[in-house]
Amino acid sequence: MTAPSKIVADPSQAAAAPLLEVENLHVDFISRAGRTPAVRDVSFGLAPGEVLCILGESGSGKSVTLRALMRLLPQGRSEIRGQVRFQGEDVLKMPRRALNMLRGARISMIFQEPMTALDPVFTIGDQIAETVIRHTGASREKAMARALELLELVRIPSAERRLKAYPHELSGGLRQRAMIAVSLSCYPQLLLADEPTTALDATVQIQILILLKQLQQDLGMGTIFVTHDLGVAAQIADKIAVMYAGRVVEYGSAEEVLLNPSHPYARGMLASTVSGQPRDRDIAAIPGSPPDMRNLPAGCAFAPRCAFATDLCHRSEPGLTQRGAFGHVSCHHVHRLDPPAPAGASVTTL
Amino acid sequence: MWLYIAKRVLYAIPIALGVSIICFSLVYLAPGDPIQSLIPPDASDEDIAAIRRLYGFDKPVVFQYFDWLARAVTGDLGTSLQSNRPVLNEVTRAFGNTLMIAVAAVIVAFVLATIFGTLAAFNLGKPVDKVATSISTLGVSIPNYWMGIVLVILFSVQWRLLPATGMGGDGSDGFSWFEWDQARYAILPMVTMAMIPLGVVTRSTRSAVADTLSQDYVQLLRAKGLGEGRVVLHALRNALPQMLAVMGLQLGYLIGGSILIETVFNWPGTGLVMSRAILTRDIPLLQGTILILALSFVAINLIVDLLQTLVDPRIKRS
Ligand SMILES: Nc1ncnc2c1ncn2[C@@H]1O[C@H](COP(=O)(O)OP(=O)(O)O)[C@@H](O)[C@H]1O
Ligand SMILES: [Mg+2]
Repeated sequence: MTAPSKIVADPSQAAAAPLLEVENLHVDFISRAGRTPAVRDVSFGLAPGEVLCILGESGSGKSVTLRALMRLLPQGRSEIRGQVRFQGEDVLKMPRRALNMLRGARISMIFQEPMTALDPVFTIGDQIAETVIRHTGASREKAMARALELLELVRIPSAERRLKAYPHELSGGLRQRAMIAVSLSCYPQLLLADEPTTALDATVQIQILILLKQLQQDLGMGTIFVTHDLGVAAQIADKIAVMYAGRVVEYGSAEEVLLNPSHPYARGMLASTVSGQPRDRDIAAIPGSPPDMRNLPAGCAFAPRCAFATDLCHRSEPGLTQRGAFGHVSCHHVHRLDPPAPAGASVTTL
Repeated sequence: MWLYIAKRVLYAIPIALGVSIICFSLVYLAPGDPIQSLIPPDASDEDIAAIRRLYGFDKPVVFQYFDWLARAVTGDLGTSLQSNRPVLNEVTRAFGNTLMIAVAAVIVAFVLATIFGTLAAFNLGKPVDKVATSISTLGVSIPNYWMGIVLVILFSVQWRLLPATGMGGDGSDGFSWFEWDQARYAILPMVTMAMIPLGVVTRSTRSAVADTLSQDYVQLLRAKGLGEGRVVLHALRNALPQMLAVMGLQLGYLIGGSILIETVFNWPGTGLVMSRAILTRDIPLLQGTILILALSFVAINLIVDLLQTLVDPRIKRS
């Protein structure tokens, strides 16, 4: 009933050499008080140019997953296990030097808060140029010229002047554009975007989203896009992974997950959005609250909130059940629930 | 920018005036009559009145202040009661002597503290951090006159490497840090003086750098693939305004010249002059010294303020 724990990326894409393969990724935070899991047994794959959206409530481990892919977690206070293969190379075992050559050049990250993620005492131009210089060895003039191109690429008006501006002199939207320009400095093959629009005003959010989508298509970047906005996911995702309490509870193509969700949590999440609530609200409309990660229940972490939970769910954690061409669901009762009613109907019943 | 500087200088003027009032009123705050130390015990009342008139003590206080201020502005700080030489000469000479070791001490302390503090911040809780923190605690808590005596015992008495006291043959006029003959006299007092700023600046550098390291933008630097050297650069650049403020304050304390350090080394700086002025009730000399010190404190603050606006783009220059 459970699929082998090794989950391979979409087989149709596998021929085209996967860009990223994540297998059984675990992240624990270590403190004096002990070990707290944040990411548990996460697996997914990404082909070049593909967009994966990671959905989930806040605290479900989305940011930690992204940071683990680049090994950006505090050393000594965190432990990453599992496998992350980027273009065939094992990122978790890579020596520091090789990792630094990867970061910012072939894999880039866009942070959630453009306010705090840019250095306040360096100009925008310098912050782009230093990445270019680091990875291409270009002269400062060449790097600055490149920075200007990049600011124009992300459509910052009067880019020439903005090159010499400090972050605090820009509006939130422009700052996030600058942040995107930084991440594109070396045309990465993989872009990790951690809620890149959450901190922005609604109208600016849409502009940034359109820009990102277009750049992603033009540059053919594989992209992992973290969001808690289903509407955004519906617009840009090829694949979707739904996270709950550090695990991917449902993973599949965007159509499958959005139109035919299997996991009770994914269904509840969709219901809470479809039934006419404002789109930018958190996915917290399911009764109850997520578990304390320091003190996880013995069985399925969602069981205390799940309408379908049985004794089995409270006793043992479900494995991964293969679903669709490459996806999986983590639920004891996935077969009992399948086939789900058409999206509209299932939405009202849950 | 020039407008901004002009504005800050203008703001400093009222402070300087306040300082001058306090210096002037020292004469009246000090117990006893300053005239007493000038007059022979058998002087007649007429003689005393004549001396009073000579020094202007017979006029109302406010007039005395403006007289004094008017003269002070032109550089006339009166005459030392004891040596009969112009106060300005005595003070500038002493001030120069103190400044020579104070500035060197602050530079040495700042450079070492930057290194120790940064190493500590990058290795919080590890042995390097513990060593750096201990050094800074020792620097602050060891009494520096005791430190001075220990240094003299080691370097002058035991090893005979450096002279114990004084300023060398030429005195302050020909002093240069680049001539060993003279510089060797200044090394021990300078090192002793550097201890406290070393402790204080190490501590504040450690906390300022550690603070920047926990910021998102440091994560972004790592995400951009930059090496630790670049990360140190960004962290220091962000910690610099705070470090400058602490260093300015320390330099301010040091130019006051530590009476204890200058006594131990018999270094003819402001500390020694001030203690002499107090012991001999030489009020004009005391007034003049305090005025110059207070004004240079105001000037240092002004310079630190301007430097901060220069290094921190977030401070508005309007
Ligand atoms: N640096 C850290 N140290 C300890 N715990 C952390 C750290 N970063 C995140 N966590 C914990 O990991 C869990 C997942 O966090 P995160 O991935 O940021 O959630 P989100 O899905 O909202 O992005 C949370 O319980 C959070 O408290
Ligand atoms: Mg997050």
